[in-house]
Amino acid sequence: MIATKLLKKPAMLTLAKRSYASTSEALKQTALHDFHLKHGGKMVPFAGYAMPVQYSGMGVLASHLHTREKASIFDVSHMLQTRLVGKDRAKFFETLVVADLHNLPVGSGTLSVFTNENGGIIDDTIIMQQADSLYVVSNAACAEKDLAHINKHLKVFQDKGGDVDLKIIEDHSLVAIQGPKAAAALESLIGEDLKDFAFMNGRFITIRGVHCHVARSGYTGEDGFELSIPTADAVNITDLLLSHPDVELAGLGARDSLRLEAGLCLYGNDLDDTTTPVEGGLTWTIPKSRRETGGFLGAEHILPQIKGGVSRRRVGLFVEGAPAREGAEILSPDGEVIGKVTSGVPSPCLKRNIAMGYVKSGFHKNGTALKVRVRNRVQDASITKMPFVPAKYHK
Amino acid sequence: MSLRTFTSRFVRAYTPARVAPFAFTRAIATKRYTKEHEWISVEDNVGTIGITDYAQKSLGDVVFVEIPSPGQAIGRKEQLGAVESVKAASDIYSPVSGDIIEANETLDSEPSLINSSPEQDGWLAKVQLSDPSELDSLLDESAYQAHCESSEDH
Repeated sequence: MIATKLLKKPAMLTLAKRSYASTSEALKQTALHDFHLKHGGKMVPFAGYAMPVQYSGMGVLASHLHTREKASIFDVSHMLQTRLVGKDRAKFFETLVVADLHNLPVGSGTLSVFTNENGGIIDDTIIMQQADSLYVVSNAACAEKDLAHINKHLKVFQDKGGDVDLKIIEDHSLVAIQGPKAAAALESLIGEDLKDFAFMNGRFITIRGVHCHVARSGYTGEDGFELSIPTADAVNITDLLLSHPDVELAGLGARDSLRLEAGLCLYGNDLDDTTTPVEGGLTWTIPKSRRETGGFLGAEHILPQIKGGVSRRRVGLFVEGAPAREGAEILSPDGEVIGKVTSGVPSPCLKRNIAMGYVKSGFHKNGTALKVRVRNRVQDASITKMPFVPAKYHK
Repeated sequence: MSLRTFTSRFVRAYTPARVAPFAFTRAIATKRYTKEHEWISVEDNVGTIGITDYAQKSLGDVVFVEIPSPGQAIGRKEQLGAVESVKAASDIYSPVSGDIIEANETLDSEPSLINSSPEQDGWLAKVQLSDPSELDSLLDESAYQAHCESSEDH
């Protein structure tokens, strides 16, 4: 659910632009940088960081399937981890996100969105309720604007006497392990059963003497965990997870196809600051209490859309022929342009092309036959429900 | 001594003068490369075009290939087709101008030929060259290898 963003135009788009494979010195590195290189990570620039797109031992396709069958580790340390403290933290943060933080139990988390005054989505984020704070993870590519946005409103809130502060977590790395064997791999390290640990919950767990925050969450549609590890121990803990026979490393390439099969949005592609949560199919992130009271930025635009409808909606598509990628036009059966694909990939699990995009309301119903234009060829497509591949979250 | 005699007699006997130029051309079927990782192998003014082994390795598992329609003219650097992997779509451009005379339809059902045999069975299209001098601006094998190595270093 937390979106990492592949380069808008991976230079692989044409064989010509192969600078994709190169990295410049200006890029930041995560604590696992040398670890990636040691394991054959093919590093690419991503949100200002050098990140592995894949590893030499396994192609994207194999890595994707391995994650669905066993488990894979993803370095997601480039993502922004923050903490809101102070007794008014929930009250403050509810002015910026659509979640109900007053009724989110300690140890529980939720997907939410930051909205702007027009109802557009500034970023998607995972918020976890902790005993003394709100733990917030948001997109690396949005880190700068998210912080500016939060800080701007924070100052106003503080000036009115509100008790809240924002802390950027800079001393913890973030590592995800995803797949049906993820729990077994983590259990083998902690010698503890994790059956009662449900998806979208978080807890502090000591892993081989290292105090970590573990969220049972992820961005693949699989069961899995996201571990916030003190950076000094990040390589060590990742190495221990990797020593499990069912666990391999996976990069941004597999992460993107996995999240798309799971119907999860990539901010910047499938959501942006002109998209409202209702258009983006994220109405479910606005709980009943927030629909009644509003109180978040842009609520006056968003809430009427829940009942009154919107002019376009995010949908899932099956596409015949060539895969339809970001930017491909979606046409009605009559040839009228009714929307655009925002993400598309040949699905490694389904062996057919899947895509996400926006279409005019009225064309958004499951089963609607449409067309897409790929390199000037018009191909058949049909609206389908998401996720494309059923989620296997641990209840 | 006897071998040498045999060889010279063999050559004389089986290489009639009128065929020699043809045989000579075949023997040095020209293979050239673009910096964008297409290859072209030219025999009798027909260029067979595909993507290189280096390119297929970078792309990963190819799941779809868009091949051109024979009978059409194509200009140099115009799009000839596309290869799709899970990771990305990559356009393929024609290194030469000419007429498309054949496309490799096997790729419709077997796109993975691009991975298993990029420079043989995984060819994309054949083009009748309209200006063979265009080949002069392409890279020969050693220049292409050097280009790939320098791309890796970046």
